[in-house]
Amino acid sequence: MSHEAAARDTANTPDDAGQRPVPFRGGGFVHRPLGPVAPVVFLAILALWELGSRSGFISPIALPAPSAAFAALADLFKTGMLWKHLGASLYRLALGWTLGSLLGIAVGLAVGLFSLARAGLLPLVSALFPVPKIALLPLFIIWFGIGEGSKVATILFGTFFPTVIATYAGVDNVDRGLIRMGQSFGLGWLSIVRKIIVPGAMPAILSGFRISASIAIVLLVAAEMIGAEFGIGAYILMAGALFALDQLIAGVALLSVLGLVIAWLIGKLEKRLLSWRM
Amino acid sequence: MQLTLHDISHRYGGTTVLDGVSLTVDDGEIVCIVGPSGCGKSTLLRIAGGLEKPDGGAALLSGAAPEGSLNPLTYIFQDFALLPWRTVEGNVSLVLEDHGIAASERAAIIADVLSRTNLSDFARALPRQLSGGMKQRVAIARALAVKPAILLMDEPLSALDSQTRELLMDDLVALWSRERFSACYVTHNLNEAVRLGRRIIVLSRRPGRIRDVVEIDMPLAERVDRLAELELLQRRVWDIMREEAREADREISDVA
Repeated sequence: MSHEAAARDTANTPDDAGQRPVPFRGGGFVHRPLGPVAPVVFLAILALWELGSRSGFISPIALPAPSAAFAALADLFKTGMLWKHLGASLYRLALGWTLGSLLGIAVGLAVGLFSLARAGLLPLVSALFPVPKIALLPLFIIWFGIGEGSKVATILFGTFFPTVIATYAGVDNVDRGLIRMGQSFGLGWLSIVRKIIVPGAMPAILSGFRISASIAIVLLVAAEMIGAEFGIGAYILMAGALFALDQLIAGVALLSVLGLVIAWLIGKLEKRLLSWRM
Repeated sequence: MQLTLHDISHRYGGTTVLDGVSLTVDDGEIVCIVGPSGCGKSTLLRIAGGLEKPDGGAALLSGAAPEGSLNPLTYIFQDFALLPWRTVEGNVSLVLEDHGIAASERAAIIADVLSRTNLSDFARALPRQLSGGMKQRVAIARALAVKPAILLMDEPLSALDSQTRELLMDDLVALWSRERFSACYVTHNLNEAVRLGRRIIVLSRRPGRIRDVVEIDMPLAERVDRLAELELLQRRVWDIMREEAREADREISDVA
């Protein structure tokens, strides 16, 4: 874009006095807000997909039409099963994510504040963070039972580690000058932690929330694929087993909406807690 | 209250940054410390306020703190050190909250210091909404709130543009004329030093030793009208410092 502009300006002919404008070389590399592009793209893809299905170009065995998926969703709503599945999933998600985040923030603060905790826990966190928690699911089932316990535990462990890392990195990044200021005014240790370190680490903790929430949704579905009667994951698994692809797509769409809603909620939280940053 | 630095020596790793520095800040006196970059001025100030332990020597206080002083040794920092998530009044409130002062009394102190620094209209503004000069005024208001005996000022005007610096210097002179605070004022700006200092202590390049002390008897309030005389003093200080600054400039740094 900037290249086109530059090419046009250099092509300007000199006027009578032999003066010519300085060629414009700036501009570009900046994003403009374009309004409703995203919904248009989304609807266009849906329309093309629907058209392909109707015309027989896309086989219903390979991919059901969006209208079929929507009908499955409507069916889910009408039978009242939607709330049962959604309720079970949200309960697990909320419990697992909240506990994981609270524990993660507590341990992250300890790692950020105390040398002993850092030396003792950080290698452990680094060693366990990359382990896919789904691989540990059988272990969790033995420890916490096949019911809600193992599912909540999977989400808890999955959200715990990224929260620890985000929190201690946030604590490390708090301006040392502010801490020194607090000490120079004789603030107590607890005051410095509460009033300077925690608010200073908040941006990092909240961006950690974005990551841990996505991880939680992934783990939710995985955990619900074993021994769950209700839940979006169970619904998707059942649809897959029956090759009811319309229901499968409906379930995936539900997950996608769930992810968007959570991202939106975290965005709201950031606006509220980090308004001082704008 | 009197602050005495006695034979202060300090080293970072293998590098000696301060070597046998002794000085005294008397009641109601502004002592300026100047020196080439890396001579340990800021380290000296951190030691003076108990933020750092010297390897040798001691920082000593004598005399009682003034009545009601919450924090006798109070810093004003170059980068203002305001909490960005607190409003102007919240930043002042921060330093009062740990002293068990009733909320109403706290509000009264905040209102008082904000009016003394002409910040009353900005009480609810956030630091990001303020210019550098206003931010430093907030930091000065915060320092006044704890009724300091001695202000420790670490290049307080160095992050400001020269016009704002001029304005804040006038503010400081007016404040000193009213309150007669004592201060230890570290700067690399010789103009600030001759405008504010009762004594100017010139440090040598690393390791920092006292190279010379310049006394200025001219009353603070008169100085703005006697700039020509100050210019001569500034020249004198610069003559003392020039070689040191040149050598310091050519040094390869191995301490952060």
